Amino acid sequence: MSSTGYALELRDVRKSFGKSEIIRGANLAVQAGERVAIIGPNGAGKSTLFNLISGRFAPTSGEIHLHGRRIDGRKPYEINRQGLSRSFQVSNLFTRLSVFENVRCAVLWSLGHRYAFWKFLADLDDANDRTEQILEMIKLDKRRDVLAMNLTYAEARALEIGITIAGGASCILLDEPTAGMSKSETQRFIQLIRDVTVGKTLLTVEHDMGVVFGLADKIAVLVYGEVIAFDTPEAVRANARVQEAYLGSVLAEQQAAAA
Amino acid sequence: MATANPTTRASAAAAPAVVPAAAVRRTPARGRVLAWGGFAVALLIAPLLFHSSLEISMLSQIGIAIVACLSYNMLLGQGGMLSFGHAVYTGLATFVSIHALLGIASGAFPIPVSLIPLVGGLAGAFFAVLLGYVTTKKAGTPFAMITLGIGELVAAMVLMVPEFFGGEGGVSANRTVGKPFMGITFGPPIQVYYLIAIYTFLSTAAMYAFTRTPLGRMLNAVRDNPERVEFVGYDTHWVRFMAFTISGFFAGIAGGLGAINTEIVNGEVLHATRSGAYLLFTFLGGATVFFGPIIGAVLMVICGVLLSELTKAWLLYLGLIFLFMVMYAPGGFASLILMNLRVAAFGKLGRIWTSYLALAGTALAALTGAAAMIEMVYHRQLNEALGPELRFMGATLNSAGVDAWFGASWLLVVGVVLFEVARRHYLHQWGEIQEEIEKEIKRREAL
Repeated sequence: MSSTGYALELRDVRKSFGKSEIIRGANLAVQAGERVAIIGPNGAGKSTLFNLISGRFAPTSGEIHLHGRRIDGRKPYEINRQGLSRSFQVSNLFTRLSVFENVRCAVLWSLGHRYAFWKFLADLDDANDRTEQILEMIKLDKRRDVLAMNLTYAEARALEIGITIAGGASCILLDEPTAGMSKSETQRFIQLIRDVTVGKTLLTVEHDMGVVFGLADKIAVLVYGEVIAFDTPEAVRANARVQEAYLGSVLAEQQAAAA
Repeated sequence: MATANPTTRASAAAAPAVVPAAAVRRTPARGRVLAWGGFAVALLIAPLLFHSSLEISMLSQIGIAIVACLSYNMLLGQGGMLSFGHAVYTGLATFVSIHALLGIASGAFPIPVSLIPLVGGLAGAFFAVLLGYVTTKKAGTPFAMITLGIGELVAAMVLMVPEFFGGEGGVSANRTVGKPFMGITFGPPIQVYYLIAIYTFLSTAAMYAFTRTPLGRMLNAVRDNPERVEFVGYDTHWVRFMAFTISGFFAGIAGGLGAINTEIVNGEVLHATRSGAYLLFTFLGGATVFFGPIIGAVLMVICGVLLSELTKAWLLYLGLIFLFMVMYAPGGFASLILMNLRVAAFGKLGRIWTSYLALAGTALAALTGAAAMIEMVYHRQLNEALGPELRFMGATLNSAGVDAWFGASWLLVVGVVLFEVARRHYLHQWGEIQEEIEKEIKRREAL
């Protein structure tokens, strides 16, 4: 047991698939309420890191602590019950259920309804009110009866976020929440993410540097499975090692694209 | 396939756009009362309309099949679990129930006969707990394989444990062993029918209620996306296991009712054939809609009793129907009904019913041709000794002559070609109507 005050802490986390080591001793310590963006070149292991934290995979070695409690190697639902929730890069919804049901499924456990088959969903005022609240927050209240599979891309992304925050987890992991969105959609969406994650610890994987510098209190730079820098956006931007390894090329690319 | 919950949409849209939301929500509730009232009345008066002893026996079987198919659909339709071994739970419960009846007779197990189905239910749940934990560890193909394996394993036990299963002869009991209660001895089949009807209604209501509970909804979520379920706090294995146990309970009730109805049981009730029938008819009826398996159950008994009397080739016809259903209407009869009710709710059924006539007529022609050939083949193979002639739909066909074969194949070919023409026309019309309905819904939403 650790007694550090961090919301989320990674200590020398390693993960190998077969012979190749994807995460090579990642260290990270996130304060409660901090908004952290994880950036890094393709193949740096950003998504793998999320999968390790959220319990999709168990790390090969190292420790992960959530609010001081060890969670590495735990099942995803155990980690979720301890207050960590994640979204997916590709929308991962309950396709044949309505928008409303999608969100309600995500609030049931945290409100203690668990595996109950002796009470009716319609009578669960707390779950239904909470669901309505979430739908308003993600602005899908007018689409509540639409099946998830019939949503537009942007709507599906919003529902993805809604399901993630519905359970009231204090630590939220968002895997490329704005991937595939247009510029204006992205702007709107960033504001949405800000609104729904107020007071929560937020980790997000993001490619758009504009978004990263706008949204994050701190930036973690992941290169070849190692966190080579973890600091405020200004400090990271000025960090020579980061520029060399990653930012320089990305910024150059973006400037080239913009030109 | 558009199985997009047409009931709620249609009923919500059918309400005038100006009424307040609360009133819109009340409309489906009234429909629900109507549906359940109708179901109760149908169960109540069915034996008055169909009162020969064959018909009463069929009605009893239908009641049992309804409970069995609905319990099966809790796995298939609601949980996405393709079980090949549901007969294990209905069948073992039948055996336990027969032994319970014997126990009543010997005085060792003094309960009323009317509670035997509950004994069956508990037995079904017990075996589901015993075998289900392993079965539900995985979903998808491994689940299907394990159910198949357990089905074979249990069926093989019949000859290994003759003390319980009675070997090849089976076990028989007497349902009239209880003390008569208000003249009810369960001797006359009609009394048994009403016992079955009561259990059918209560079980159906309970299983419907289950779909509206947290566990019932999470079961749907596990069907749609087991991975995501684990990230909203639920253990998918536990959801599947609990649903499997509840499904086993209702399967057991069906098994217990079966024990009372037939008073004899042998290893056949555990066979994969029986499990396959549950799968086939649940699917035919419609796994995506709650009441679909009820249609399937009715078909199951009608096919098993009447169609099998009519022709030796009934399994072949059944297979053909199943094949076409999987290909063209994977939502089964129930979804076909619901989709057309939606069209009717928008007042557009009148435009399409001539297409249905054309489809039915051409399909009938093709089917007649195919059936004539199938019957002739069967006749040549099985009834050679009776001579080449056979009766088919009131006509006499000579299975050795060219005429009958030519006529039949001509009918089949023409039927198929015209059917395809009619089908294309129909699809076009259907698409137009769906577009119009979508527009209409958008228009009403905008008001």
